[in-house]
Amino acid sequence: MTIVYDDHEGQITDVPVRRIRFTVNGEKKIAEVEPRLLLAHLIRRGLGLTGTHMGCDTTNCGACTVLVDGRPVKSCTMLAVQADGHEISTVEGLASASELHPLQEGFREEHGLQCGFCTPGMMLAAKALLDENPDPSEEDVRWALSGNLCRCTGYQNIVKSVLWAAAKLRAEAGEA
Amino acid sequence: MYPSRFRYEAPRSLDEAISLLHDGGDYVKVLAGGQSLVPLMKLRFASPELVVDINNVPGLSYHRAQSDGSLHIGALCRHAELERSGLLKTTQPTMAAAAPLIADPIVRNRGTLVGSLCHADPQGDWASVVLALGGSVVASGPRGTRTIPLAGFVTGPFQNVLEPDEIAVEAVIPAAQGARSGGYLKLERRVGDFATVGVAVALETSGGKVIRAGIALTGVGGSTIGATEAAQALTGQPLTAETIEQAAELAAQAARPRTDHRGSADYKRHMVRTFVLRLLSRGETAETAERAA
Repeated sequence: MTIVYDDHEGQITDVPVRRIRFTVNGEKKIAEVEPRLLLAHLIRRGLGLTGTHMGCDTTNCGACTVLVDGRPVKSCTMLAVQADGHEISTVEGLASASELHPLQEGFREEHGLQCGFCTPGMMLAAKALLDENPDPSEEDVRWALSGNLCRCTGYQNIVKSVLWAAAKLRAEAGEA
Repeated sequence: MYPSRFRYEAPRSLDEAISLLHDGGDYVKVLAGGQSLVPLMKLRFASPELVVDINNVPGLSYHRAQSDGSLHIGALCRHAELERSGLLKTTQPTMAAAAPLIADPIVRNRGTLVGSLCHADPQGDWASVVLALGGSVVASGPRGTRTIPLAGFVTGPFQNVLEPDEIAVEAVIPAAQGARSGGYLKLERRVGDFATVGVAVALETSGGKVIRAGIALTGVGGSTIGATEAAQALTGQPLTAETIEQAAELAAQAARPRTDHRGSADYKRHMVRTFVLRLLSRGETAETAERAA
């Protein structure tokens, strides 16, 4: 990733840059990052994966939620260098080339989004829940999503969407 | 928002981490979960020259009971692990009650109990819990290891007694002498908010009497408050309506709340009293049930 600095004439700015290796949505990557770069910025600018949204930038809203080794993390509150050796999953990794992930289908079927800004974070937090608990109660879903804020929906349809996806995933697992 | 520029090291052993801190200059910070430090750095409230990330140091993720009955929580044990812990559910009622109330579920995947103690936020929940339980922090540095009781660890808002080249490696909760009971109640405007008021109660009872009591308050003063007079009033006594009432009153008097956007000082003091009453009345109920059985 290109980083541009002010040229103070005669003064050479010593910029510490570290090389990291990590995986994004199953693809291996190498990046050179300044330690102060946030994971959210590495994902959005370095990788061009702008499905990860920056909302509050203060660890409150959860719009920037990604999965790090399968667990949801607010990517505005983790340094990019800390991704070294870890697996990152973003919303772009949910769908396959030909079909949507059941969570994405669920959000469409149950009208789980209006403006859509919180949706990627919601879906990743929900994915982590369903990976661990395929048959969650409504209460489980609400609890798991309590770190993600939505200002449009009142959460009702988001919860329904996740329960829809859970049912579909269970049906698929039953068929398999 | 970006943190200001800093040097970053990710040592692979505790010794290496300590020597990096020792040689690291005037302003060094240890990074564990980062759920308080990274936001502070983004807001430029903290601008360390060197950040020593201990996430690659092996053997710090544990929480386990020792043979003497004490509980040890390593510096990289995340809130989420404590929330899911069967050990806490069966042996540590105050901790088990607090674990799901720390921040929000996503923050709990990264943040650590030991980091929360070090951060020493007056609104931090774990400090009250560990204080009520009479716990300590174990710190390692170039001059060896020392154990610091939590009552003497936090010196003020966001301040602790660690030397710049010391790392808090674990928290220790001492073994119980009697049957443990207690809990943690937190008033928050919404999930994930800081406590408007939090109250931790940790009791040990034997023969129908309280043999050890700890009561600590979150968010109602410049630092975590140990309501020691309230705890002393219970010690050696059975839990009765009178002793409970007295302890709740003393705890409310120990609070030093300020009026702010979360509520008035009077309201917060009232909530301290209410929470102590509720937590202790549960203990009374348990005792009654035990005696009836």
